[in-house]
Amino acid sequence: MTHEPVIIARQLTKRFGPFTAVDAISFEVEKGEIFGFLGANGAGKTTAMRMLTGLLTPTSGQASVAGFDVFRSAEQIKRHIGYMSQRFSLYEDLTVKENIRLFGTIYGLTQRQIGDKTFQLLRKLGLSDEAKQQVGALPLGWKQKLAFSIALIHEPKIVFLDEPTGGVDPVTRRQFWELIYQAAHEGVTVFVTTHYMDESEYCHRVSIMVDGRIAALDTPRQLKLTYEADSMDEVFVKLARTTSLS
Amino acid sequence: MTTIDVRDVYKNYGKTRALEGISLRVEEGEIFGLIGPDGAGKTTLFRILTTLLTPDKGSATVLDYDVVKDFKAIRKLVGYMPGRFSLYQDLTVLENLQFFAQVFGSTIEENYYLIKDIYQQIEPFKHRRAGQLSGGMKQKLALSCALIHKPRILFLDEPTTGVDAVSRKEFWDMLHRLRKEGITILVSTPYMDEAGKCDRIALIQKGRLLAIDTPEGIVNSFEKPLWAVQTDQMHLVLQALRRHPNVASVFPFGDVLHLTPKSDLTTGELSNYLLNSGFPDVDISLIPATIEDCFMELMAE
Repeated sequence: MTHEPVIIARQLTKRFGPFTAVDAISFEVEKGEIFGFLGANGAGKTTAMRMLTGLLTPTSGQASVAGFDVFRSAEQIKRHIGYMSQRFSLYEDLTVKENIRLFGTIYGLTQRQIGDKTFQLLRKLGLSDEAKQQVGALPLGWKQKLAFSIALIHEPKIVFLDEPTGGVDPVTRRQFWELIYQAAHEGVTVFVTTHYMDESEYCHRVSIMVDGRIAALDTPRQLKLTYEADSMDEVFVKLARTTSLS
Repeated sequence: MTTIDVRDVYKNYGKTRALEGISLRVEEGEIFGLIGPDGAGKTTLFRILTTLLTPDKGSATVLDYDVVKDFKAIRKLVGYMPGRFSLYQDLTVLENLQFFAQVFGSTIEENYYLIKDIYQQIEPFKHRRAGQLSGGMKQKLALSCALIHKPRILFLDEPTTGVDAVSRKEFWDMLHRLRKEGITILVSTPYMDEAGKCDRIALIQKGRLLAIDTPEGIVNSFEKPLWAVQTDQMHLVLQALRRHPNVASVFPFGDVLHLTPKSDLTTGELSNYLLNSGFPDVDISLIPATIEDCFMELMAE
């Protein structure tokens, strides 16, 4: 991996009145890196992610995402990133093809580009026969793969994934991670938030937020060594024990 | 003593087959885990056992009561925590707890000892409306409400979904304390790493059971050798391994790849193959299978 950060955060802070949700966090994420962003409920994860996706203006500090400043160019950030979450991703009552067309149009692709992308994407996912099916009728695992591919439709440098693989069977889950590895290999940076520590073990590096700060940041292997833990679950519990009230 | 006895239960929703011949027994005082992904049929089985649905075929008893004929008796004896938060959002924490105690003809005081450990953590917020609680607190309140009438069996449908690792750990510790009180627990989860916390587990997929045993028994039944392949070039090494004719299967597994070889392959040969393919820094070691490896193997059969 070459040193080419696509997310840079310096002393990034967000206060809500007297409450500091994100407390001067600093980190960088490289091009093509799969970066896990973890934290207990209420640790500040969502607030940090909202700042990095241009949805929330920070109180102080600096950050740039895909080369755009979070203070000045929030709109540009939104256009240049991909986003997928468990809760919101695709329209269930539109067909597979209609969803692709809708998101392609939202991201400003031409009709021709949308046509090409639809063809490629359906072929890659093996969904050509289901192109005219409503998304709601697809198995969860297919929806997740489709949602991920659609999040990449405008070829963003970064894709944000919010708990991407919950609830699917272990084989489908691995197929999904293989899509992520492939995207990362092609140079897309993947920023993953999750509650599930075994999911974090798939990431190149992982940061763990506790009380608004980044309490640890390293490869899963190194974190397990540092905290003398067998699993990321144990690492997390050791770090976050003090905030167990939430 | 068998507290739950399920015999060849089927349930369809229109064309969707939710359960296709499920049989299992849960013994008194054990923590029995139902492990499987969304859509496996876990919730349907819970609803049948808690008398909220009737089976299309087959039968089931809970504490020797039939789930269809004796539904009223069963409802008094079990506690149920559904997967979706189902408490009254506009009642406070305390009001919810009082309500559930009274419905079962009990009081909070009578069984407070049972919920004390978990309820104390949300007691500072007892006048807050349930709808205003965080995910972890909602889960603790839901468990308190399911327990306040001192049920003999506790049905917990995906209690740890969407809850962070610290709260999950506390939750499992709590279940182990409840078991010591003699409460039988049937708990479902899509998370394979929680299987080890149960006394016995059933792996469920598409309405059928893949296996029932202790977690150790399931892991020990994995008969093939399993190798962990460690590399910094996950994507490329995975592609290279897929091309090898003597690799039976290979999957990403956290920060390593898990590989099952065909019988005539050695780790030395595979290392050489990877070296010749341009991957010198690969470490291959024999490892014991996890529940997730077993689940995937059983799915493939």
